[in-house]
Amino acid sequence: MNAGTDNAVALEVVDLAFSYGAKPALEDVSFAVSPGEFKVLLGPNGAGKTTLFSLITRLYDSRQGRITVEGWDLRGHTRRALANMGVVFQLPTLDLDLSVRQNLLYHAALHGMDRARALERIEVELGRLGMAERKHEKTRRLNGGHRRRVEIARALLHEPHLLLLDEPTVGLDVPTRRDIVEHVHRLARDDGIAVLWATHLIDEISDDDSVIVLHEGRIRADGGVAEVSAAAGASDVGGAFDRLTGGPS
Amino acid sequence: MTAVHAWRCLVGVLIREALRFVQQRERFVAALVRPLVWLIIFTAGFRAALGVSIIEPYQTYIPYEVYIVPGLIGMVQLFNGMQSSLSMVYDREMGSMRTLLVSPLPRWYLLICKLLAGTLVSVLQVYTFLLIAGLFGITMPASGYFWVLPALVVCGLMLGVFAMLLSSVIKQLENFAGIMNFVIFPMFFLSSALYPLWKMRESSDLLYRISAANPFTHGVELIRFALYGRFNGDAAIFTVAALAVFLALAIYAYDPARGMMSRKGGPGG
Repeated sequence: MNAGTDNAVALEVVDLAFSYGAKPALEDVSFAVSPGEFKVLLGPNGAGKTTLFSLITRLYDSRQGRITVEGWDLRGHTRRALANMGVVFQLPTLDLDLSVRQNLLYHAALHGMDRARALERIEVELGRLGMAERKHEKTRRLNGGHRRRVEIARALLHEPHLLLLDEPTVGLDVPTRRDIVEHVHRLARDDGIAVLWATHLIDEISDDDSVIVLHEGRIRADGGVAEVSAAAGASDVGGAFDRLTGGPS
Repeated sequence: MTAVHAWRCLVGVLIREALRFVQQRERFVAALVRPLVWLIIFTAGFRAALGVSIIEPYQTYIPYEVYIVPGLIGMVQLFNGMQSSLSMVYDREMGSMRTLLVSPLPRWYLLICKLLAGTLVSVLQVYTFLLIAGLFGITMPASGYFWVLPALVVCGLMLGVFAMLLSSVIKQLENFAGIMNFVIFPMFFLSSALYPLWKMRESSDLLYRISAANPFTHGVELIRFALYGRFNGDAAIFTVAALAVFLALAIYAYDPARGMMSRKGGPGG
């Protein structure tokens, strides 16, 4: 499929494999994320989550397997696929010397938005995160949680249908983490955005999310929370995660 | 890629770089102090040791501080290029290069936007340097300040893309110190920036040949001639050719399907 017609699936990954030299990082990875679905990519550190994100955002390329975004093949229609995608990387990516608004305008320019539209969208997305008042502040002056909110606002500026977040709550305090997790759940539920959320923190998963457990580059489970727990013979998703990844029992 | 999108992206990248330039005052001051120290202190001591005979494009004997100005302009551009290379390594480690590279535009175009933005900053630095040099009485023919602009753009692009190529190969920030020692200093000293090449030839034919093949030499000579309203065709051809080769290699290195990025070991997570 590369014609961009399949809107039933926001992101589809089929038989993806990738290695760093001789060292395999991902093998036989296949899954899909539908519009409005909040899919948690759960895996311990080193499982291959960031590699998978780098492949989906085409920072890296893999000749084995296929990735499509709303039906657009990532290799054949890279720009259409990327235009439908919003990304929050694990590492901070804001320019600390610029203000919040300048950072967001830069992103809007990269996505070809005109200034009036960009300013309008900046107000909307910052407003939803309670950050509209701080748009003229230098990002250096914001705390970690507020910087993350700005990055989420930025990822949504061009109204993507697919939102990728790579461990977005690392280093944040519990209330901030909870706010961000809830906000992104609302984006999926209310706006129909397909979300792929990588984490190794079990408490970020809600009962109605779907979960992929990734361990040592392979998918160990994929399904609803209850389904994955039952299949692993565990009482909850935390137990399932431990069993599937050989963690504490 | 539509023309409007491409244009908005270019303007966005230029504005970002200009804002960073204005807001990072230490970087601006450092970029000016370095060549001024050479111009004022180094030339004072070196003037007596080196007599510069009449060579093109000069029509008379010139004091050493006049000879060295194009070399120092090259130095400003070389350091600016390396600085943006440093910022690209830093950006990539910190992630903001990722933001640029996942934009829905061809990667070669994004790299060229980044390159043009770095060159814009270096041109601003050079004109400020020339202004301060002028205050010290070191001036060029008035038209030279106009004719040097295209030479600055070509030389700035060439050095910028050279640095970009380096940034694709450097994995860690720490390696940048090695790049300074093994790339910047040899590139600067093995060139016509500080002494005419015939002087170099008197002491070592091998070093002369290396210097004559150094793209930095040709960039400096392009600037030197342009400052006197002259066009140095050989230097222009060599500089543009070096620019084209470095650009092709940099685009290759940053291509996700072929380049260095994915071969350099994985991230955590």
